[in-house]
Amino acid sequence: MTYIAKPKFHHPGLKKNELGYTHRDYEGKISTLCAGCGHDSITASIIEACYELSIEPHRVAKISGIGCSSKTPDYFLGNSHGFNSVHGRMPSVLTGANLANRDLIYLGVSGDGDSASIGFGQFAHSIRRGVNMTYIVENNGVYGLTKGQFSATADRGSKSKKGVMNTDNAIDLVAIALQLGASFVARSFSGDKNQLVPLIAAAIRHKGASFIDVVSPCIAFNNHAGSTKSFDYVREHNDAVNRLDVITSRNPITVDYAPGTVQVVEQHDGTRLALRKIDADYDANDRLAAMTFLQKHAAKGQVVTGLLYVDPDSDDLHTHLDTVETPLNTLEAKDLCPGTAALEKINASLR
Amino acid sequence: MPDQSPISSVNDFVVRFANVNGSGSASANEMFARSILRHGVPVSPRNIFPSNIQGLPTWYEVRVTEAGHLGARGGGVDMMVAMNPQTWDKDVASIEPGGYLFYDSTKPMPTSKFRNDISVIGVPLTAITNSTYTDPRQRQLFKNIIYLGALCALLDMDAKLVEQLIGEQYKGKEKLLSSNVHALHLGRDWALQNLKCPIGLRVKKADKVGDRIFMEGNSAAALGAVYGGATVCAWYPITPSSSVAEAFTSHCKKLRHDPKTGKAKYAIVQGEDELASIGIVIGASWNGARAFTATSGPGISLMTEFIGLSYFAEIPGVIMNIQRAGPSTGMPTRTQQCDIIACAYASHGDTKHVLLFPEDPAEAFEFAGHSFDLAERLQTMIFLMLDLDIGMNHRLCRPLKWDENQQYDRGKVMTAEMLDEPGRDFGRYLDVDGDGIPYRTYPGTHPTKGSFFTRGTSRDRYARYSEEGAVYADNMQRLVRKFETAQDMVPRPLQANAAKPTKYGVLYFGSTSPPMDEAIGLLEARGHLLDRMRIRAFPFHSSVASFIADHDFVYVVEQNRDGQLRQLIVNENGIDPVRLVPILHYDGTPITARFIAKAIGDHQDRLKVTPLRKAVS
Repeated sequence: MTYIAKPKFHHPGLKKNELGYTHRDYEGKISTLCAGCGHDSITASIIEACYELSIEPHRVAKISGIGCSSKTPDYFLGNSHGFNSVHGRMPSVLTGANLANRDLIYLGVSGDGDSASIGFGQFAHSIRRGVNMTYIVENNGVYGLTKGQFSATADRGSKSKKGVMNTDNAIDLVAIALQLGASFVARSFSGDKNQLVPLIAAAIRHKGASFIDVVSPCIAFNNHAGSTKSFDYVREHNDAVNRLDVITSRNPITVDYAPGTVQVVEQHDGTRLALRKIDADYDANDRLAAMTFLQKHAAKGQVVTGLLYVDPDSDDLHTHLDTVETPLNTLEAKDLCPGTAALEKINASLR
Repeated sequence: MPDQSPISSVNDFVVRFANVNGSGSASANEMFARSILRHGVPVSPRNIFPSNIQGLPTWYEVRVTEAGHLGARGGGVDMMVAMNPQTWDKDVASIEPGGYLFYDSTKPMPTSKFRNDISVIGVPLTAITNSTYTDPRQRQLFKNIIYLGALCALLDMDAKLVEQLIGEQYKGKEKLLSSNVHALHLGRDWALQNLKCPIGLRVKKADKVGDRIFMEGNSAAALGAVYGGATVCAWYPITPSSSVAEAFTSHCKKLRHDPKTGKAKYAIVQGEDELASIGIVIGASWNGARAFTATSGPGISLMTEFIGLSYFAEIPGVIMNIQRAGPSTGMPTRTQQCDIIACAYASHGDTKHVLLFPEDPAEAFEFAGHSFDLAERLQTMIFLMLDLDIGMNHRLCRPLKWDENQQYDRGKVMTAEMLDEPGRDFGRYLDVDGDGIPYRTYPGTHPTKGSFFTRGTSRDRYARYSEEGAVYADNMQRLVRKFETAQDMVPRPLQANAAKPTKYGVLYFGSTSPPMDEAIGLLEARGHLLDRMRIRAFPFHSSVASFIADHDFVYVVEQNRDGQLRQLIVNENGIDPVRLVPILHYDGTPITARFIAKAIGDHQDRLKVTPLRKAVS
C-alpha cells in the first residue's frame, strides 16, 4: 500500500552493479496490486534488467496509460520520472517525450485493454513509426480495475470468472507488431522471470520499436479453469522457441554453446544477443517465418514465447526525421530563433 | 447602354472572381491583388471556397481600399469576373447596379443572361487562348493571365508593375517568365484595341501601403512558433488549419537546419488523429521541449481529454485553433469565432484555459511566439484562437517584429544544481511564492532527487497520490490562483475612446477588428459615438470589467450564434447580462462594417425614440 513507507535501509553486503547501485536503487513504491498479481513479477523483472544493464536509475522515462498495468511504473525505478497518462494514449505521450530528448531510455507500460482496445490505434502507429522504446504489454485478457470484463486479447472460447464464454476473436498484439514492422518482438510469461529479464534487457538495448507481450495472469478475475490466461493454462501451453543471453560490452560473458544450437545477433549498440535455440528451425531474423510460425502454433492452442523477431540493422524515428544529435529540449534561443535579420528578409519577401 | 450610370470610383471598389476550383486561377487572382498593392493601394482579398478539390465553384474577392478598410465590405460587388458558367446567374445577380460584368465572350450568350443596369465587358478569352496555345494545360493556365492582362487595361493599372511581380515569381525560370509576360500582353493589347479603356473603376498610384506586409495568418502563426522556439509539432490534417503545419515545415526547412551537419533542429509528426497529436505535444512538453499542434473545432472536441490532463497535471503546450463554422462538421471552409466556450472550459471537471485572440497575421506571429513563454511559465495549455478569415487569407499588416535580445522564459524549472542546494524543498505541486505556479523538473535531471510521478489523478503537493478531500481542494484552489496570475501575463485589452464622452461602448476581438474600426467611422457619420475595447486574451484583464462599468451598456460583437464571449464575460466577471448587448454574425461569411454599423446603429436609433406616452400597467 502506498501509505506504508518502504524502509530505505538494506543489507550492507547487497550486491552492486558496475555503477555501484544495488537492486534497491531500482525499486519504486510498494505495489498496490493484488497479492500474487502477475504484473508484480514483471515489475521485478524490469528492476532486475535495469540493474543488470547498469542503467543510471534516473535516465529512464516510464510512461503508461490507465489500468492495473499502467499503475506499475510507480513501483519500479523510483528515481525516474513517470507519467501515468490517459487511457490508451501512452504511445503518443511516449513518442512526444522521445522526440524531446533522444538520450533517455523510454519504457512504455501498457495493458491489453489499454493497447488492444481503446489504444489499438496508438499502439499500431507508434510501432510503425519506429519510436525508440521498449513497449511492454502486461496481458491478462481482462479488465481488472473494473472487475473482470473481457479484453480484446481474450481468446475466443475462453470463459470469464462468472462463466460467460467469449465469442469475439482475439487480437494477437505480437502478430500485429510483426506486421507493422516492429524491429524487436518478443512474448513471455510473467511466471518465467528467467526468460523475461534478458528479453527486457535486450529490448532496452535495441534501437527502434521493441515490443514485448507478457502474458500476466490476473489473480482476481482471470485465473480460473476455462481461462486461457491463467497460470496453469499458460504453463501447460507455453511453447518457448529460444532462451536468450544478453552479452554487453561491459559484460562479456563467454558461454560455451554446443555448435548449431545458438543464433548470435549483434545489435546496433554492440550488444550481442545469444539465442539458445529450443526449436531448432526457428530463425529470429525472419519476420515472415515468424508470422507463419505464430499462426500455426496459435491454431494448436499454444502460446509461443521467446525472442520472436529481431532486426539487427534497425533504425528509429529520429533517424527518419534526421534530427540533430543534441536533445531538442536542450536547445536554446540562440539555436532556435532565426533572429531579426532573417525576419527582415522575410518581411521584404512579403511586400 | 446600361439603365444605370456606371459606377465611377478610384481606389475604392470590390472585384470578385468566380472560378472553378482547380482551374489554376488562384495564382493569377493573387497576382491581381498583389499588383494593386504595388500601386501603393491597400487591398483586402478573401478566398471563398468549397470543401472540394476540383470542380466546385470558388470565388476570390478583392476589396481595393485606399482608405485601408481591410474587412470584407459586404453587399454586392462592383465588378464580377465571371469565369464559371455554373454560378453565372448568381454571380450576375450579385453585381451592384451600375457595376461591371467581365466575361469570356467566345461563345455568344443570350441577352436574357445579362442585366440592363450593368456594363457588360466581353473578352473572347477562349478564342485568344486557343489560337495561341495548343497544350490544354497551358490553355487553362494562360487564360487566367490573359484576363489579368485585360483587367490591367480596363482598370488603368500599370502593366510594368504586374510584369515586375511576374519577374519575381518566376525568377530563374526564364521560359515561364517570358510566356507569362506574353500572355499578360495578349490580354492587355486585346482590351486596349477593342474596348473602351479604362472603365469607371480605376487603380491610381497612391502611397498608402507603406512598409506593411501581405501574409496569411496561418503562415505567420507558424513562423511565430519557429521564433518562439517550438521544436516539436504534431498535427492531423483539418481545414482550415493544415496550412499552419505545412508552413511550419517549410519555414523550418529554411531556418532550422544545423548549418554544419544539415540536421533538423525540430521534429514534425503527422499524427494518426488529433488525440495522438495532442498526446505527442504533451509528452514532448512534459520532457522539456516546446511543442504545439494546429487544429480546428472537431479536433478540439477530440483533444479535450488530454487538455484536461494538461490542466490538472500542469503540462505546458500550445494549441492553435483555426476556427471554422461548427457544430459537428459544420461548414469546414467558412469562418466563425465559435469555439470560445469549447476552448475556455475544455474537458470534464472544473477547468479553465488561457486563450489568445490575435487580430491579424502580425499579431498571430507575435502571440504564437509569446504563447510558448506563457505555456511554460504557467505550465498549462495555451490556445491561440485564429479563424479561417485570418488564417487562410492574405492580409495586409504591419511588418513582423522580434526582439533580438529576447530570451525564452522556460518558467519554473528546477535544475540538478538547485535540487542540491541545502534546504531546497522540491514539491511538484508546491506553491512556494504565492503565484500558484509550482516548480517542475525535466525527466533525467538528477540521480536521486526531483523525480516524480505525473498523473491525472488527485495528488498532494509532493505529487503523492491522494484522495483526501482537503488535499484535492487545496490543489484546485491553487489552480485558481494560477489562473489569476495568468490575468496579468496575457496580452492586455486595447481601448480607443470616441472623440467625445459617450455612454456606450463596444467589445470585440480577433478578426472582427478591421470591420469594427471601419464601422466606428460609419456609426460616427450617423451620430453614434462609441468607446471601443479589443479583447486580446482570456482570462480577462480587470480593465474589461471597468470598461463595462464605465458605460451604460456595451455591445459585444462576435461571429457566432450564442454570444460566446459575452457568456464568458458574464460568467467570469459576474456582469449583469442586460448590460451586454450581443451583436452576432454567424452565416459563415466574415463579419462586415456594414453589418456592425447597421445592427448597432438601429439599436441606438431605437434608444433615441421618445415614447409618446408611458405604458399603462
